[in-house]
Amino acid sequence: MFVFDTFSFFGKLFLRQYADAVLSVVEKKMHIETVTVLEQKGKKIFGGDYRVLKFASGKVAPRVKPGQFIHLRVTGRDEIVLRRPFSVFKAGKKSLSILYKIIGAGTEIMAQLRPGDKASIIGPLGNGFPMPAKNVYPVFVAGGYGSAALYLLAERTKKKGTLFIGGKTDEDILCVADFRRLDWNVRIATEDGSAGQKGLVTDILKEYLSSEEIKRRQMAFYACGPMGMLEAVAKIAMAGDWKAWLSLDRHMGCGVGACLACVQKIRVAGGRGASDSWKWARICTEGPVFECREIVWGNEE
Amino acid sequence: MRVNIGGIAMKNPVMAASGTFGYGKEYADLVDLNRLGALVVKGISLKPEKGNETPRLVEVSGGLINAIGLQNPGFDGFIKDYLPFLRKYKVPVIVNIWGRSVNEYAEVAAKFNGVRGVHGLEINISCPNIKTGGIAFGTDPHMTAEVVSKVRQNTKLPLIVKLSPNVTKIGDFAKIAEVNGADAVSLINSFPAMAIDIESRRPILANITGGLSGPAIHPIALKMVWEAARAVRIPVVGMGGITSAKEALAFIIAGASAVAVGTANFTDPTIILQVMEGIESYLIRHKMSNIRELVGSLVTD
Repeated sequence: MFVFDTFSFFGKLFLRQYADAVLSVVEKKMHIETVTVLEQKGKKIFGGDYRVLKFASGKVAPRVKPGQFIHLRVTGRDEIVLRRPFSVFKAGKKSLSILYKIIGAGTEIMAQLRPGDKASIIGPLGNGFPMPAKNVYPVFVAGGYGSAALYLLAERTKKKGTLFIGGKTDEDILCVADFRRLDWNVRIATEDGSAGQKGLVTDILKEYLSSEEIKRRQMAFYACGPMGMLEAVAKIAMAGDWKAWLSLDRHMGCGVGACLACVQKIRVAGGRGASDSWKWARICTEGPVFECREIVWGNEE
Repeated sequence: MRVNIGGIAMKNPVMAASGTFGYGKEYADLVDLNRLGALVVKGISLKPEKGNETPRLVEVSGGLINAIGLQNPGFDGFIKDYLPFLRKYKVPVIVNIWGRSVNEYAEVAAKFNGVRGVHGLEINISCPNIKTGGIAFGTDPHMTAEVVSKVRQNTKLPLIVKLSPNVTKIGDFAKIAEVNGADAVSLINSFPAMAIDIESRRPILANITGGLSGPAIHPIALKMVWEAARAVRIPVVGMGGITSAKEALAFIIAGASAVAVGTANFTDPTIILQVMEGIESYLIRHKMSNIRELVGSLVTD
């Protein structure tokens, strides 16, 4: 009797610890990893102030899903207390790349990184894009380097779709070669006419959708770019009864869902009054991707 | 490194500060919560609160200014959606609470009596972000006395009072808290501050002003901790700009019995562990067998 009880006691203890160990590996959603710079590609390949940074990563990279991001810290400047979020551009089993624009203190430091330098990343973060459903034709809409946030989804879905990309000048039209290599159809618009058609990306999108044949297609939109562009895409999608998955940008604090800085108003079904009809969602955790009908427009940064 | 803060037994003197660690789950993949001395969860009020409009956060040199606005799920939401996860861990959980009136403070405090998994309460009397009348409790001696004594009457839990730095003589406020039944005081909360976008000529935060935290405030926090520790006999928890064991040790030498790490959790979630390890190595190096030998050991002759 005594022997049996001891056995079952230790047996249960062992099983619980084993289960905990297994669960702790299986359930971890994010990792913190010190990564090494493999490549920094600059001005000659991309126009303007854009760069691509490639890191060797064994923990985060293999876990990245399309539309997710990493939270990056570059050390050496203690007065910069926050990490910077970047959509993952490309990711494989041992490395990942991000495309960034040099716009301030943090990105200026990143531009100084050379192969062999180290950085710290937390990731993969965010919900990512849903994979396009079986009979649905993917239409991507990108504002400038929003195309980088969409690239991984194009690479991993077995379908070939169309990318609509817009920007101020040809220097802001990025990743086109990468999409063409995937055999995607790419249509370009620039505000000054220096590449593709003169005008906004939503202009060429609307033209495309004006054909009766196209209008009847089963399509879904996936978009990344300035809020104004995203709102325009949302209106087009809702008018044509298509789904639109939008990746939102927001200033972040912690990046992991604790500080509540990066919030966006999201519709809540069945609310009783004005204040019940919406709730805050964290762009770093419930987002960055939301279906356009969820978003309460008009109060972004 | 064991300490006892007003009845809360901690295995080391390092806490995760309220508002910077969410409700534990957000960081659980990156930091083993069981290693923390204590976890102070984000401020809970009686009813759910939505908090401020965005932008809610802005980075500044050496820190950040936040105006989150105390968004929280309310008492019921905390018990239902957040506490069960925390109960899986051994870390002492301290719940930060606040209210819009003395009665609200007392009511929410009373609700925590008998709640399993809560080891103490920290009352926030100083948050500078809410505009609705009266929340400058921590800058008014009479209101501070009223809130502390009312809460004391309504809770059996260890009671920590988190002091506002926005006062001339913080020692006086520490004394008021002690006299009215606080088991410990924690300080400092963030400093009222603001940031302006000079191109648009608008404040960067939607709330216009917010609370400054991070390395920039450490020297001010240190002086206040020293003043508070000299004024009272109850334990003092020091916080403000800890980014390494160095700042934590300075707080302890100045009289703090424990410390809390806040903004640094955003920079690098492993900093809190480095702080713990650094304190331990320091004690070994200085041949101190007990952290009590270090508390208040500042030499001023």
